Amino acid sequence: MNKSKFKFDWLVLPLFGIGVVLLLWSVFSATWAKELPSPMKTWEKSRELILSPFAKRGEMDQGILRFTWYSLVLVAKGYAIALLVGTPIGFCLGLSKTFSKTFDPIIQILRPVSPLAWLPLGLILFLGAGKQASELGALFTIAICAMWPTVLNTAVGVRAIPQDYLNVAKVLKLSRTKTLFKVLIPATLPYMFTGFRLSLGIAWLVIVAAEMLTGRPGVGGFLWQEYNSLIYEHIILCIITIGVVGFVLDRLMSVVEKRFKTA
Amino acid sequence: MPFLELKSIRKSFGENGSRTEVLRDINLSIEKGEFVAIVGYSGAGKTTLISLIAGLLAPDAGSLTLNDLEITAPGPDRGVVFQNYSLLPWLSVYENIYLAVDQVFPNWAPAKKQQHTEAHIAMVNLSPAHDKKPAELSGGMKQRVSVARALAMDPQILLLDEPLSALDALTRATLQDEIGRIWSQQKKTVVLITNDVDEGILLADRIIPLSAGPGATLGASINIDIPRPRDRKGINHDPRFKEIRRAVINYLLGAGGHRHTTVSKKLVLPDLEPEDLSVPPPMIGGRRTPIRRHEIKRETVEVE
Ligand SMILES: Nc1ncnc2c1ncn2[C@@H]1O[C@H](COP(=O)(O)OP(=O)(O)OP(=O)(O)O)[C@@H](O)[C@H]1O
Ligand SMILES: [Mg+2]
Repeated sequence: MNKSKFKFDWLVLPLFGIGVVLLLWSVFSATWAKELPSPMKTWEKSRELILSPFAKRGEMDQGILRFTWYSLVLVAKGYAIALLVGTPIGFCLGLSKTFSKTFDPIIQILRPVSPLAWLPLGLILFLGAGKQASELGALFTIAICAMWPTVLNTAVGVRAIPQDYLNVAKVLKLSRTKTLFKVLIPATLPYMFTGFRLSLGIAWLVIVAAEMLTGRPGVGGFLWQEYNSLIYEHIILCIITIGVVGFVLDRLMSVVEKRFKTA
Repeated sequence: MPFLELKSIRKSFGENGSRTEVLRDINLSIEKGEFVAIVGYSGAGKTTLISLIAGLLAPDAGSLTLNDLEITAPGPDRGVVFQNYSLLPWLSVYENIYLAVDQVFPNWAPAKKQQHTEAHIAMVNLSPAHDKKPAELSGGMKQRVSVARALAMDPQILLLDEPLSALDALTRATLQDEIGRIWSQQKKTVVLITNDVDEGILLADRIIPLSAGPGATLGASINIDIPRPRDRKGINHDPRFKEIRRAVINYLLGAGGHRHTTVSKKLVLPDLEPEDLSVPPPMIGGRRTPIRRHEIKRETVEVE
């Protein structure tokens, strides 16, 4: 009884929700939004992309998962840079009052800047890189936009370390490196992973914008190309793919995050 | 030549405007191998005093010496059992203790460190909980890990900050016996901070009352010349025990200023009484179940 209720909660209700949205979508496309392809039409046009998801017929005519894979690879690189740069900055902010007072204002100013604003700067920065310029510019944009949640959460985590743990380190006379690896980092991990999860979400948001502007192959680039070729069904396919991938990434990260919460 | 000596220690907290003096004119000397208990009110400054000896805080005035050396920083020569256990929650029982052993005896072979760690886990009867994380332990077990960690550092002096005050009466009695046993085996110098006069008298060679804050100071030290081993049941009827107890309580009441009309004491009664059904449930919110006597954590008694 309890178990069936559970299944109702996480299977039947969400499916019902999806059904409602599909219905509204059909109604809209049949009535006032004539340009909006109906769900059926979207499926028919996208079939080939979905059913042979890894096919490659041309630079901009590939299976949807192949495009997704390109995007994911780029996100992974940019995200890795964001974490590698953001975590140490977060530690410095949390550990040093002076560092925090010096750099916190500028961080607060840079943090809300949109990826659309960073990308041109990134492209200019790597102008000398020739063919690589668009990839490096995109990486720069992903890294700088996705970094902030990691920076801020790590800083909060370091500041929240209970004095007791630091006292243990002091009484044992742990060296600086040992204090860092045996006390500071483990104590901050739960906060760091919250930051990592939020950063991943932003990195995935940024990739689409970056690809649209640079025209790189990937879900975002494909979306923009299909808009220009007036194949609106594929735009919807791309939106759904982006959403599903983002959702899966978030779930994966929160599983990892939970593991560290209990620690 | 005393082993640990505190001379005219003063300590205040806060900024210039709202500065409160917590400890005033603290003088204390402890010989090697002595077991000294310090009793005082909650908030009097007991933890502050232990932190000063541990070197985690610096005094505003006065000097602290251990073995003739000025105490300037914390170090593993002073094993501290913190009031709130202070175990690292991401390490198992074994790893918490091993971290200390590894740090204090870096030159030992790994097998020896491991064996030393195991021996101390066994000493506090925690071998079955060897691989558990602190979150999986009861309060008493955490406390024992904390004691084992301090002892495994083989410190010159053991500083115990209310190690048992968070425990129920039965566990408390067991751990008191355990601390007594370990002390009689190792003959370490011990400073025990407690809020329970009976506990101090049961375990220590000397008991020193700390008056209520602000500006708490130590009273005269009282020798506990009751022969060991002391029997916890018999001791209640010992006239010398009663005399010491009265002297300590009188000091605490007399020097306590505003607090001198009440004694506040954590209850140590086991849960033998039925539920108190006469307590009416609160109108809105709060708990619905009746209050059991052992859940009343503190009782204040009027004295004349
Ligand atoms: N870091 C600090 N900053 C400011 N005030 C402090 C600080 N530490 C302690 N105090 C104050 O000093 C007084 C004594 O605190 P302390 O922790 O030493 O009491 P205690 O005797 O250990 O109490 P308890 O029995 O409840 O543990 C308290 O009034 C407390 O508010
Ligand atoms: Mg205290």
